[in-house]
Amino acid sequence: MSSAFAIEVNGLRKTYGKEQLVAVDDVSFHVNKGELFGLIGPDGAGKTSIFRMLTTLLLPEKGTAKVDGYDIVADYKQIRKTVGYMPGKFSLYSDLTIEENLRFFATVFGTTIAQNYHLIEDVYVQIEPFKNRRAGKLSGGMKQKLALCCALIHKPTVLFLDEPTTGVDPVSRKEFWEMLKRLKAQHITILVSTPYMDEATLCDRIALIQNGKILSINTPQIMIQQYPEQLYAIKADQMYELIKALRKYPEVMDCYAFGEYAHVSFNGSFEDNKLKTYLKTEGLTQIEIKPVPPTIEDYFIKLLKN
Amino acid sequence: MEQFINFVKKEFAHVWRDKKTLLILFGMPVIQILIFGFALTNEVKNSEIIVMDQAKDQASQQIIHRIAASRYFDIQRSVMNNEQMEAAFKKGEIKVAVVFPAGFNESLLHQRKAQIQILADASDPNTASMLTNYVSSIIQDYQNSIDKTAAISYSIVPEIRMLYNPQLKGAPNFVPGVMALVLMLVCVMMTAISIVKEKETGTMEVLLVSPFSPLLVILSKAIPYLILSLINVASILLLSVYVLDLPVNGSVILLFAESTLFIITCLSLGIFISVKTNSQQMAMLISLMGMFLPTVLFSGFMFPIENMPYALQIISNLVPAKWFYLIVKSIMIKGLGFSAIWKETLILGGITLVLLVVSLKSFKIRLA
Repeated sequence: MSSAFAIEVNGLRKTYGKEQLVAVDDVSFHVNKGELFGLIGPDGAGKTSIFRMLTTLLLPEKGTAKVDGYDIVADYKQIRKTVGYMPGKFSLYSDLTIEENLRFFATVFGTTIAQNYHLIEDVYVQIEPFKNRRAGKLSGGMKQKLALCCALIHKPTVLFLDEPTTGVDPVSRKEFWEMLKRLKAQHITILVSTPYMDEATLCDRIALIQNGKILSINTPQIMIQQYPEQLYAIKADQMYELIKALRKYPEVMDCYAFGEYAHVSFNGSFEDNKLKTYLKTEGLTQIEIKPVPPTIEDYFIKLLKN
Repeated sequence: MEQFINFVKKEFAHVWRDKKTLLILFGMPVIQILIFGFALTNEVKNSEIIVMDQAKDQASQQIIHRIAASRYFDIQRSVMNNEQMEAAFKKGEIKVAVVFPAGFNESLLHQRKAQIQILADASDPNTASMLTNYVSSIIQDYQNSIDKTAAISYSIVPEIRMLYNPQLKGAPNFVPGVMALVLMLVCVMMTAISIVKEKETGTMEVLLVSPFSPLLVILSKAIPYLILSLINVASILLLSVYVLDLPVNGSVILLFAESTLFIITCLSLGIFISVKTNSQQMAMLISLMGMFLPTVLFSGFMFPIENMPYALQIISNLVPAKWFYLIVKSIMIKGLGFSAIWKETLILGGITLVLLVVSLKSFKIRLA
C-alpha cells in the first residue's frame, strides 16, 4: 500500500474515565517517510496516549490516523506486523539475558537475529560483551539500547519510541540520538517523544504539545527563527531576588529561570547600564547580562504564555 | 509454530529462574499433604440411609421407626438384597446401611442376643464413624427400652463395617482435597500473576504490537503451568502411595485425564482474573479470596456439603473443585471407573467450557 506519508493523523481525540479527562484533543499532524519526527511536551501532555493510539493499543474516540497507509482501527493487524514500538517504561524481561530477550523478540516477529543484524549492529556491539547478563541488572542506558535493538530486530518501517531517553544519563542520551540519526539512513521513519527540550533540535521536525493539544509544528530551526524578541540571559548572586527584581522592572516583558540564568525579553529599547544600575540598587551583585539565541524551550514557554 | 515453542520456552525460563516461586510451586503440595492430617470434626444431619430388613418382625420394625424418627437420618428406601445396597453405595446415594438378619426378634427373645449389621461409606471417615455411632446409639436406646419391661437383659450386638476405607484413615479424605487445592492455587494464581506481570512491566504492550496473536500469548502462558500442575499431581500421588500408604484404587490414567480437565478449568479462571486485573497483588488477592476460599469451603473436603443451608448447597454446585473432589475420591478411593463419574466429568467439562469461552472472549487485543 502506498501513501505519501508514513504517519497521518487527523483530529485524534481521547478521553479517560467517567470524568472524560481529555488526554488528546483534536490532534492532527503528519510524518513524512524517512523523517525523524519529535513529539515534545512535558509529562501528562498526552504523548503516550498518541503513541498508544498509533500503535493500535488504544482506540481513538474521534478522528482517524494512518500508519504506513493502514488505518489504526480497521487494519490494526497490518500495523502490528510492520511497526516497531518501544514503550515508555522498561519493557523487556528482566529475568532473561540480553541475548535471550533479543532472540525472543526476533522470533515473536518471525525473524532471526542474523537476518537483520546489520540494523542493530551499531547498537548491539556496545552491549554484546554483556550478552549473558540479565536485563534487570543493566544500567538505564544499556537497557534502552537493548530495548531499541528489540524494537528494531524485525526491520520495522515505522519506529515508535516513547520517551526513550527518560531516566538515562546525558552521555547515553547523546549516544542514543546518534543511533537514531544513523537509523534514518536505513529509511526507517521514526516518531519519538521526549520531555527534554534540548533533544528537540535533533529532530527533523517537531510538534510541541501541551494538555493534549498541539501548539506548533515545524522544524526546530524555523521555530527558533520565529522567536520574535531578542532574548537576554541575566545572572546574579541570588536567583530568586533577581527574578523578583526583574519582574518589577517596567520594560521587562517576560522573565523566567533558565538553568543558572534568567531569560528575559524586553518591551521596546533596552539599555544594559540602566538595568545594571537598577539591579545594583536592589542589592544584587555579580551581575552578568548577555544576549542569547532563543531555544525551543524559550519558544515553548512563549507559546504557553499566549 | 516455532514462535509458539520459543514463547513456551521463555515461560519456562521465567518459572525456572524465580527460585522462590519454584519453591512454592513444588514445596506446597508436599507441605500440604503432610500438614492436612488433622481430623476434622463435623456433625452430620439427614444422611441417606438404607435398611435391609430380612427379619420384618416387631423388633426390627421398631428400630427402623426409631431411625426414621431421628434427625440424623432419612430412610431412603428399603432394599432386599446385597446387590441393590452395593449399587446405592457406589452411586453415592447413601452413606450408611443397616441390615437386620432373618429371625432378628426371635433370636433376641430366645437367645437374649441378636446381631445387626451397620455398613458405612468410609471414604469420608469422619462422617462414617459419626453415622455408625448414631445408629449404634439408636439401637442401644431401643435395647434399654425393652430392658425395662423384661426381667432379663437383652443384648443386640451391632457389627460395624467400614466400606472402602476399613482403617478409617484420614488420608483418603484429604488427599483429593489437597489435590484440588494445590491445582487451584498453582493454576489460577500462577497463571493470573504471570499474565498480569507482563501487563505491569509493559511487555504486554510490546507483545500486542507484534504479529503474534494475543490468543497464542495466553496459550503459551498456560502450557507451562499445565505441565507443572501435572507434575504436582504426580508428586501428590507418589506421596500418598509411599508416605501415606494410600494406594490409587482406580485407573491412574483416568485420574490424570480428569486432573487435566480440572487444570484447564483452573487455567481458564486464571486467565479470566488476569484479564480483569492490572496488578500482581490484585490478581493474587482475587485468586486467594475468590478461588481458594470457595475451594476449601464448598468442595466438601473440610465441611460436609449435606450439612449446609440449601442456598449454600446450590452455590457449591458452581464450585469446580467440588466436582473434581468427587471425581478424585471415586477414582482413588472407591476405585470406580469412568461410568461412575461421567456425570461429574460432564458438569466439570461444562463449567470449563463456559469459563474458557468467557475468559478468551474478554481478553483484550488492546490496552483498554
